[in-house]
Order: sequence, then structure tokens, then C-alpha cells
Amino acid sequence: MSNEIADKVKKIVVEHLGVDADQVKPDASFIDDLGADSLDTVELVMAFEEAFSVEIPEDAAEKIATVNDAIEYITKQKAA
Amino acid sequence: MSGSGTDRKRVVVTGIGVVSPLAVGAELTWKRLINSQSGIGPITQFDASGLPARIAGEVPAGSTEEGGLTLSDWVPVKEQKKMDRFIHLGLAAGIQAVEDSGWKPESEEDRCATGVMIGSGIGGLKTIYDNSLAVAAGKARRLSPFFIPSSLINLTAGHLSIRYGFKGPNHAVVTACASGTHAIGDASRLIQHGDAKVMIAGGAESAICELGIAGFCSARALSTGFNEDPTKASRPWDKERDGFVMGEGAGVVVLEEYEHAKRRGAKIYGEIGGYGLSGDAYHITAPAENHEGAYRAMQAALKDAQVDPADIGYVNAHGTSTMADDLELGAVERLFGDAAFGTSMSSTKSAIGHLLGAAGAVEAIFCLQAMRDGILPPTLNLDEPSSESVMDRIPHKAKEKQVDIALSNSFGFGGTNASLILKRFKD
Repeated sequence: MSNEIADKVKKIVVEHLGVDADQVKPDASFIDDLGADSLDTVELVMAFEEAFSVEIPEDAAEKIATVNDAIEYITKQKAA
Repeated sequence: MSGSGTDRKRVVVTGIGVVSPLAVGAELTWKRLINSQSGIGPITQFDASGLPARIAGEVPAGSTEEGGLTLSDWVPVKEQKKMDRFIHLGLAAGIQAVEDSGWKPESEEDRCATGVMIGSGIGGLKTIYDNSLAVAAGKARRLSPFFIPSSLINLTAGHLSIRYGFKGPNHAVVTACASGTHAIGDASRLIQHGDAKVMIAGGAESAICELGIAGFCSARALSTGFNEDPTKASRPWDKERDGFVMGEGAGVVVLEEYEHAKRRGAKIYGEIGGYGLSGDAYHITAPAENHEGAYRAMQAALKDAQVDPADIGYVNAHGTSTMADDLELGAVERLFGDAAFGTSMSSTKSAIGHLLGAAGAVEAIFCLQAMRDGILPPTLNLDEPSSESVMDRIPHKAKEKQVDIALSNSFGFGGTNASLILKRFKD
């Protein structure tokens, strides 16, 4: 399950930020490493919500800074 | 040569960029224009079968080499979704103009002396429409964070400044169908006033969406009788005309203070000779009686340029293929008096349709190309004029004629009028 989530997260990041798949490492920061700006990250979180049918409240979204942050948060939500 | 003031700064054009229904590219558009080609065809951007007007001048798709729009050649794929199509078209024209001018400010001082003023009549109408549908479907909390910045009119100027680091005045004109002309005129004034040395100026428009076409249909502004014969639909001054044909595109020029251009050895297309503005104070969509507002705008431009009507060799008319064409003709004839005899005037909207807020900028560029090449562009479909004139309206085919000074008119809803005088460059 978690591998599936990780793959899907990576795919969304590649699509939305226009980066190469091999750049999307677990500890890659959306803003510092993948060239996103603050609006890109808002859009990215919306795409995660849509793809995984989860709600990511604003205070939680603010803490999702890296690829791994996103995978962990979504995995936890799906497990709950 | 310096205009009305003895020490007024001269403003020259050192770069041009065009995206039009004839082509992406200023020179290819011009070549097709003087070859009497038409850019009007059936609407492909949405299903228009339920509307009374089903034709438009759409920017052709295709390879950049062949004059088509390949968006990724102008805007990185990742950035495209952050902008409405009017910004895409504005950037494609803006990039052409900047690259053509060869101006690359490298010092902070030069960057701060370079500004952008690109207007639009309507802005991101399709983006607003799409997002409205999302709201109506209960998705108000899921709108893209790029919705607002992709719709705002001044974002063409914003994106262009970000791309090149132009830190001077950043502005956008919104005066409906006069936006492009006002932008070039106002940007010239900023250079004359010393606010900038270089201004990237023009207009961009893309309103060929269901909301745009349906709205103009309701205002009874569009041609509806030539859906089966699109290239015949835009026919300024012709007796069979029945409304304008919507076009899309962008025109951008690089305006530069003459001494600045000369110092860096820039190629000079021509000079902004004068600029005049007026308001009708009459009606929201109809021109004032006898187009007296247009008369005053032209008169002001002549005064600003310190030229007489007899000096004008070519008029690029607003000429939208509506009832107002004859009113404009009348205003030009009254203003020119005896000088009207034989003076050439055409409406290039006959070939590309009405680019609304981009129209004036594209048409100013046509004036510069006409003076450069000694060829005046034709008025297509002018088979039988609804009123006689002593002027030469260049029906059907381009005309060889060397002209030193041209006048370009643009008028917009709300009763806003602007006229530019462009001069062939003389040292």
C-alpha cells in the first residue's frame, strides 16, 4: 500500500512541477529542490487531496515540505 | 523633428512581435497580409454550433517555422497552466519583439530603465468561465491557486518583466478595443517624460470562448451572415457587412528613446510621431454622432505630431466591418478636407478580424511595415462600398506607395478613442 502511495505521490509531483522522476527523491524539498513556489505547493496539496480522496487541512499542508512528508501524511490518513 | 517641445525626447520602435490569425511572427503575418490572405475560419476552440456567429480569426496551430503556434517554444510547459491563452499569445509576441530589438539590459540601472505596458480588452475570460463552472459545481474550495493570476490583464506585463528582469514601469491598459493603441501611446509618453528609456508595449487578446462569442452576439456586434463563407465575413465599408469578426492575437513593440537606440546601434523601424486621445461621453457601445470623438482624437494626434493631414500618406482605420465604418470615414474626410483626395486608408481587420485589445498594437506594426516596404495593405471584400469616398480604400489588393507618415485609429466600447501617428524613420 505504502509503495503504491509513494509511486502515486511521485507521479503527481513530476506532473505538477515539471521535474524528472529521478529528481523526486524522498527527502527532496518541493521549494528548495524541485523549484516550486508557494502557489505550486498549494496546487500540489490539492492534487494529493483529489488523487487520494483525503482532506489535508491548511495547518497540516504547511508542514508538508518534502516528498516524504507527503507520503507519510497520506499513508497515515489512509491507515486511520 | 522633436515634436511640440524643443527638447522633447524622440521615441523610436526598435523591435516588433506579432501573433495573429495569419501567423505567429511579424514578418510572416505581414507577407500573408499583403498577399490578400485571410485568417478567418470556423471556430475550433469550442463548439459554436448553437450560436449565431460561428467564425473567428484564430491563431493557427502548427510548427513555429510555418507560422503556427507551438506554445512550448514560447512558454515552458510547467508555466503554461498558470496563464490564460491571452497571456500565452502576449508572451509569444513580447518575446519576439524583445529578441528582435536585441536589447538585453545587463546593469541594474538599465533594467530599471526598461518597463512593460501590455494591455488587453477583456483578459482571461475563458479561465474565469471555467472556474465559474467549478464554483457552480460546488468546487469553490478546489479552485487552482493560479486562477486569479492567470486571468488578470496586467499579468502579460508581469510575466514578461519576470522573464527578462525588466524593472521599470510595469503597467497594463484596459480600454476595450483601443487598449493596444493606448498602450503604445502611453508608453511613449513615459519615455518622453523620463520614466523609462525602453518600454515594451502593446496588447494581447484571446476571447474566442463560448462566453466571449455569445456575449458579443447578444450585443449584436458580430457578423452572422457569412458562417458558410468565413473569409468573406469581415468586409469594412462594404454594403453587405453585418458585424465584426472576432480575432485573437497580440502585438508588441519595443519603444526606445532615440538617443538610447542610436548609442547601441539598434535597428529602427520607425518613430512614434504623435498620440491623441478622447472620450465620446455619449453611449456605451455606439460611437458619438458623426464620430466626433474619433475626429478629436485624430486632431489631437496631428497636433501632437505637428503634422498636417496632407502629410499623412496612409490611414489604418479602426474599420471593424460594422455600421460605424462610415462614421469613421466621414470623420477622417472632414478632418482631412482637401487632403482626403487620393489619400489611402485601409482596414486590415478585413484579413485578421478584430483583435479587440490587441488590434491597435498589431495595426501600428502594420503601419511601420507598410512605410518600411512601400506597400500598403488591402481592405479585403470591399466589393461595393456603402458610401462613396474621395479616399482610396485599397480594395482587395495591396498597393505600392511610399509613405512617410501614417495614422492608426482605435476606438473602444465606453466611447474611448485613440490615434497614433507613426513616421518612417529619418535621422
